[in-house]
Amino acid sequence: MIFNQMKKLLIFVLLLACQMAYSAPLKIIITESAMGALPIAAVPFGWQGAGQPPNEDIAAIIAADLKRSGRFKTMPTKDMIAFPHTGANVDFRDWRVLGMESLVVGQVKPNGAGGYIVRFQLFDVFKGEQLAGYSIPTTARDLRATAHQISDLIYEKLTGQRGAFATRVAYITSVAQIKGKRKIALQVADADGHHPQTIVTSTEPLMSPAWSPDGSKLAYVSFEKGRPSIFVQEVFTGKRQRVASFKGINGAPAWSPDGRKLALTLSKDGNPDIFILDLARRTLQPLTRHYAIDTEPAWSPDGRYIIWTSDRGGKPQIYRMPSGGGKAERITFEGKYNARASYSPDGKLIAMVTQVGQDFRIGVLDLASSQLQVLSEGILDESPSFAPNGSMVIYATKVKGQAELAAVSVDGRVKQRLALQVGDVREPVWAPYSQ
Amino acid sequence: MKLKMIKFIPLMLAVLMFVGCSTTEQKAEDSPASVSETADKMDHSTHDDASTSGAKASSGWAGHPLDDPAKLTSTRVIHFDFDRSEIKFEYQAIVVAHGEYLAQHPSQTVTIEGHCDERGSREYNIGLGERRANTVKRLLMAQGATSGQITTVSYGEEQPVAVASNETAWAQNRRAVFAY
Repeated sequence: MIFNQMKKLLIFVLLLACQMAYSAPLKIIITESAMGALPIAAVPFGWQGAGQPPNEDIAAIIAADLKRSGRFKTMPTKDMIAFPHTGANVDFRDWRVLGMESLVVGQVKPNGAGGYIVRFQLFDVFKGEQLAGYSIPTTARDLRATAHQISDLIYEKLTGQRGAFATRVAYITSVAQIKGKRKIALQVADADGHHPQTIVTSTEPLMSPAWSPDGSKLAYVSFEKGRPSIFVQEVFTGKRQRVASFKGINGAPAWSPDGRKLALTLSKDGNPDIFILDLARRTLQPLTRHYAIDTEPAWSPDGRYIIWTSDRGGKPQIYRMPSGGGKAERITFEGKYNARASYSPDGKLIAMVTQVGQDFRIGVLDLASSQLQVLSEGILDESPSFAPNGSMVIYATKVKGQAELAAVSVDGRVKQRLALQVGDVREPVWAPYSQ
Repeated sequence: MKLKMIKFIPLMLAVLMFVGCSTTEQKAEDSPASVSETADKMDHSTHDDASTSGAKASSGWAGHPLDDPAKLTSTRVIHFDFDRSEIKFEYQAIVVAHGEYLAQHPSQTVTIEGHCDERGSREYNIGLGERRANTVKRLLMAQGATSGQITTVSYGEEQPVAVASNETAWAQNRRAVFAY
């Protein structure tokens, strides 16, 4: 039962004017590659059944996942000199000669009733020993998900860090229609950009998607009645509720780590302030009280703090306050414009939009050292979102006037652009691990 | 005949002066990057009954008084500096004219839309757009318009009229719009 999938990098596929459930993925451009990437070969999986093999090329999906993570250098199939499907058929000398450190082999066989069993083994080529081996039952529909799950197992075994290939992303697309109108959509896709699904469309702005901590819901802002309201929508059923529709701004929803509350921005009292909405009780508690713009709240992973953007000092900067209320403490001092902050999953880093000269880029602030590292190189970068394993940050950028997504490793070493074919894509938010 | 022409001179002068003052605006409209979606929407949705304008040989404006090109109220967009919400000197007379019109027509309502350029973060820009709209609202009320006549909404950077990523486009997009 795997419904979602993953990867660190995205590809985007846009829905053209018609509402297709699936489109061709976008091209990924790795703009900067990691030094010291691990050489690995994923041999095309064998098919052990009568009739047609499944359409999905599992080894190719695994290789693409690992390559896009920046941590691996994958061997092209055309360079392989042997095609084993089980460990018994592997001659490790073949792979040592080719300079491989790791090897993935596997096979797919039918499992009655249209299902499959995918078996794979991961080997250490130098030691000639198996590092992992699993048999995973799946269905035709979930084959890609199974491949991403295998990528996660390999990634964790070889890097020691949990993989994030079997996760999803949400994002907003905007496609020009006739007469200057635009079709705005909130979409959810696998983290490799496949299987994009539109969950909301509008001719008015959609903004600020935010995943619930269990990945089952998205909160977002919709201007569908000509003014902003905040909705909470179940991702799978499409069922939704309007949770905030006050006079003025209803914006920037952010889930508490326990999923029970939303921090949000309301200007019902005259100017934008942060409030905490209890979703079950429908009670609203003010958090900030200031004539400045206070917006873009984000919770610390332990739920104890809220960080947000405020221009109370004259320019937008990031502030922190206990989530139950208290003293506002400024936490960014470098740069004249810092905004849209969010915590890394371990709570040690904060990603944000930071102005560098005239440009807006993605910065990561180390809370312990107060060091700010600028990770991106664009002029209009915004909306950073951490992968659930904290390894990468996905963000929105503009290249030659086209709004694209990009991802960068938190150490800044690996960068990738995720170009879209048609229209703009923005406000990416990486889903949490499903619970 | 001659006498009639003379009667029109003040009006013609006023039109000329107005055109002269608003060359910046005109230039903005002519830019190929400009997509005047907001302006279109406003014109069609709120003045369906207004006749198409034109230069007229009658002594008065035949359309809706707010559309009279001789009046400052026909200008529906004013612009701001980056991350600022003060009404610049060159736009103050326009806002004042709208405020006076509203004060004189208590049943007339208007929505002030606040907009931003694409730089910076989106939700902060929602806050900034609202601040721009509220600044306009306060000046309208200072002319005698009432709070009940004025609705404000901020679109932040979500509805640009110029889609390019350069200072010319950004300047056009940092705006408040009077939507009657």
